Amino acid sequence: MSILMSQIVNGLILGSLIGLIALGYTMVYGIIQLINFAHGEVFMVGAYGAVGTATFVLPTAVTTQWWFLLPIMIVIGALVSMVVAILMERFAYRPLRNAPRLAPLITALGVSVALQEAVRVFYPEATAAIPFPSIFIPGALVLPIGDGVPIQYSGILIVVVALVLAFALNTFVEQTRLGRAMRATAQDRDVARLMGINPDRVIVLTFALGGALAGVAGVLYGNFYNFINIDMGFQNGIFAFTAAVLGGIGNIRGAVVGGLAIGLIKSLAGQYLPGGGAYDYVWIFVVLIAVLVFRPQGFFGETERVRA
Amino acid sequence: MTRRRTVAAAAILAGALALTACGTNRQEAPGTGAGGASCDTSKGTLVIGMVAPLSGGLSALGLGMRNSADLAVKQANESCAVPGYQLVFQAEDDQATPQVAGQAATKLASDDNVVGVVGTLNSSTAQTVQPILAGKSIVQVSPANTGPSLTRGEDPTGAPKRQFESYFRVSTTDLVQGPFAANYLVQKAGKKNIAVIDDGKTYGVGLANEFAKQAEKLGANIVARERVGEKDTDFNPVITKIRPLNPDAVYYGGEYPVAGPLSRQLAGQGLDIPLMGGDGIVDAKFVELGGREGDLATNVGAPTESLPSAAKFVADYKAANYPEPYSAYGAFAYDSTNVIIQALKTALAGGDYNPETTRPAIVKAVQDIKLDGAGGPISFDEYGDTTNKLLTVYTVKNGEFTPIETGTFEG
Repeated sequence: MSILMSQIVNGLILGSLIGLIALGYTMVYGIIQLINFAHGEVFMVGAYGAVGTATFVLPTAVTTQWWFLLPIMIVIGALVSMVVAILMERFAYRPLRNAPRLAPLITALGVSVALQEAVRVFYPEATAAIPFPSIFIPGALVLPIGDGVPIQYSGILIVVVALVLAFALNTFVEQTRLGRAMRATAQDRDVARLMGINPDRVIVLTFALGGALAGVAGVLYGNFYNFINIDMGFQNGIFAFTAAVLGGIGNIRGAVVGGLAIGLIKSLAGQYLPGGGAYDYVWIFVVLIAVLVFRPQGFFGETERVRA
Repeated sequence: MTRRRTVAAAAILAGALALTACGTNRQEAPGTGAGGASCDTSKGTLVIGMVAPLSGGLSALGLGMRNSADLAVKQANESCAVPGYQLVFQAEDDQATPQVAGQAATKLASDDNVVGVVGTLNSSTAQTVQPILAGKSIVQVSPANTGPSLTRGEDPTGAPKRQFESYFRVSTTDLVQGPFAANYLVQKAGKKNIAVIDDGKTYGVGLANEFAKQAEKLGANIVARERVGEKDTDFNPVITKIRPLNPDAVYYGGEYPVAGPLSRQLAGQGLDIPLMGGDGIVDAKFVELGGREGDLATNVGAPTESLPSAAKFVADYKAANYPEPYSAYGAFAYDSTNVIIQALKTALAGGDYNPETTRPAIVKAVQDIKLDGAGGPISFDEYGDTTNKLLTVYTVKNGEFTPIETGTFEG
């Protein structure tokens, strides 16, 4: 019993993180039908930006107090990722706005490689993994079930932040004027323009929001695992992309549910299915394929179609 | 019009991608300069190659190997060790990936002036490099490969069979290292319930298997046998799985990019038990990435700092001001390079350099070599393995790997 509970906890933590990244994939796809493969790299750059600031910029007086440093790092991570996402949209995707869909897709792959190499070359010692400053409360909350179910405090932080941000984003898109503009642009860019919406600004806003969420995820990732490396964007980007597809790409709730589903599949498959931890990735994609065979639009794909 | 522009943009992008791809796996060490200005170099230049991870997760080890080999070549040039020739050192990055290592080896093998190659670090990359170099009779001396099958074939204990005449290594194999670790962990540290985890690579699996075999022989229980992905970062599911089995130690077959975070996540889940690993985790990065006080490791050879024979190497390395530390394999990389240089000298006694005849002569000279290296005396047995079976157990103390005991494994 306590094993099952522990594995569910493991799955929820990883799943929340993936869900947070998946939001960026799903929003960008919803609005311009682009699979932004560079989004994983935006997540990675945010983590590097935050760690770089903590290591090289902030005075030590600041870096010794976690309740002070962690919020600063989260904000910086979000800002760095947001700026990178905005620049990426402005210089890589906007010139290709009316090009065939394959062109921005290939561009996204190019941007991904470029960002990864840029960090590898320009960040000091980025060729190997970099330790994340241990700033948060160490240790775990142990639930008294069976042998005890440990939940690390940094893991609780991930789940809480991810759910709050996803909820806030959902409210923003559904209840504000800007959110309505986003939905309108997603439905039909030309008609939205006729209604007085500037689609370019709405698209930039989408990239900025997705980027900021990825940046937050990057810092939380570092805080949980205590290190960051340049591969983290690729690895988690693939998971997040899968989560977005599983949940129904273009759908905000779907991204979160998809992320949680992937986290749970990974941890439970490692425990209970043949092959154990060595095959947990395989099971994620087995489930993805199985879902897509019966529900090609994903879990939530049909109830709220945002496709143009 | 737009369409044409798109196509052009795509083409430029594809080109840029191809360039970055090339850019990352070619990283030549700065040439060894005219160190031997006063020597006779009238007969041309000869190249000593290296294949090692100069970028990526294992670069801390690879860069230490590169610098140490570079030092050996510089010193050879300064002392005119090979009369008539200037030696050049050329290091190729393998990114710890077999496929990239293959490209690097092919690049070196296509150069007629390459007289020998130092490397690789990983046993998995060695598997692709071996046949490529052997095809051209280029001698390969590895300072770090520990996979038994590289020298002794599919069945290293039952029916050992030499794999490549041109392959040698100065490091001890996992046939010795795994059991040596088991002896320490079971007999000296008194651990009875051990969880064994590996990363699925040639090195990790081999080491973990040899460890488990000996630990069981000594009466310990192997309570779990798990595998994690080499690129994975989240080990909580595996830890949750082994936690109810109450292990009192974890043995990990693999390298520090996984071992460090794994050790930290063990503690995060309340499992305050030591993690033990092989030579692949002995690096300062292990502690930075989460290795804890009391974690254990074995490494081939004796600690570089403690060996009188290594004192000169350590001093020279410091004097040369390399930006990176010599790391776990520095002394062995230095020795491997000197093995090739000395064999080259012996081979050239028979006449001027000619790839057809000199290369096989170098291979033969390495087989018969007797050398006092920085890491201890060097000679090779009939499989190409070192006859020096010295190993050391280390533990993390005050954030650094500190040697506990050095010894040889006896059955």
